[in-house]
Amino acid sequence: MPKIIVEIMPKQDLLDPPGKAVANALKRSGHQDIVNVRIGKRIELHFDRPITQADLDNAKSVADSFLSNDVIEDVVAITKED
Amino acid sequence: MKIGVITYPGTLDDRDAQRAVRLAGGTPVPLWHADNDIKKVDAVVLPGGFSYGDYLRCGAIAAQAPATQEVVRLAAQGLPVLGICNGFQVLVESHLLPGGLIRNENQHFICRDQRLKVENTNTAWTNLFEQDEEITIPLKNGEGGYIASAETLKMLEAENRVVFRYLDVNPNGSMNDIAGLTNERGNVVGLMPHPEHATEPGFGPDTDIATRSGIDGLKFFQSVLKALVNS
Repeated sequence: MPKIIVEIMPKQDLLDPPGKAVANALKRSGHQDIVNVRIGKRIELHFDRPITQADLDNAKSVADSFLSNDVIEDVVAITKED
Repeated sequence: MKIGVITYPGTLDDRDAQRAVRLAGGTPVPLWHADNDIKKVDAVVLPGGFSYGDYLRCGAIAAQAPATQEVVRLAAQGLPVLGICNGFQVLVESHLLPGGLIRNENQHFICRDQRLKVENTNTAWTNLFEQDEEITIPLKNGEGGYIASAETLKMLEAENRVVFRYLDVNPNGSMNDIAGLTNERGNVVGLMPHPEHATEPGFGPDTDIATRSGIDGLKFFQSVLKALVNS
């Protein structure tokens, strides 16, 4: 199924408490080489027809205005999968 | 005076907010998130809870609800709006207030009676408080850490838009100890702690005088009634 994938991450300079908790757990279980973990979101927008440039433009607008909050998050990628 | 209280799927404290309105002397009007019509109410409370299960981000989906959109439109014309906890999150997601709220710094859900300082008494919801009055109302949240850009914080401080600041402890890592904010006009106020849970003797926080006798939250609802009478 054709889809647009929107990836969102908490802003770099913000504390990411879930990421920090996971990083601590990994450290405890012996993964000393993993120095940091950050957790974001992957959102898939599905279509039942081929995806057009207009769909991608629209996805960007929706990603900026609703799917993410620019105070706390960055949209890091919008990709298309046929 | 009719004070509307919006119920979203996942709202918890709508009945408490309605009761607080009644105890203050107003008439509560239940409003439903999916309705465009907010029934000609004189003010609106966005109550606490977990609207839409906090999906996407706390308050983000509720901000898109028809009733919220109508509140956003009327707030620009001066409609008094109070957002409590999840309601505060809805206000920042609807851009009625600046900044954002993220998970508590210590990652714990915090539930406690919280001391606050009232720093702005020129809003529709705080006009009965005294400047720098110290109050105690319950706080209960998991995502109450207030954040904003350095320039937004500077603007909020310069324009005296921090209405409430945490006293004693900062429970969630909020920048500048911010517990609540107002908009430029002073009709929209949002805060994380819950005034509606401190409005009736026997059910509020403990005070020096007696257990559960704290009713510091009642003045929020009395303030808006006074603001409406005077307008």
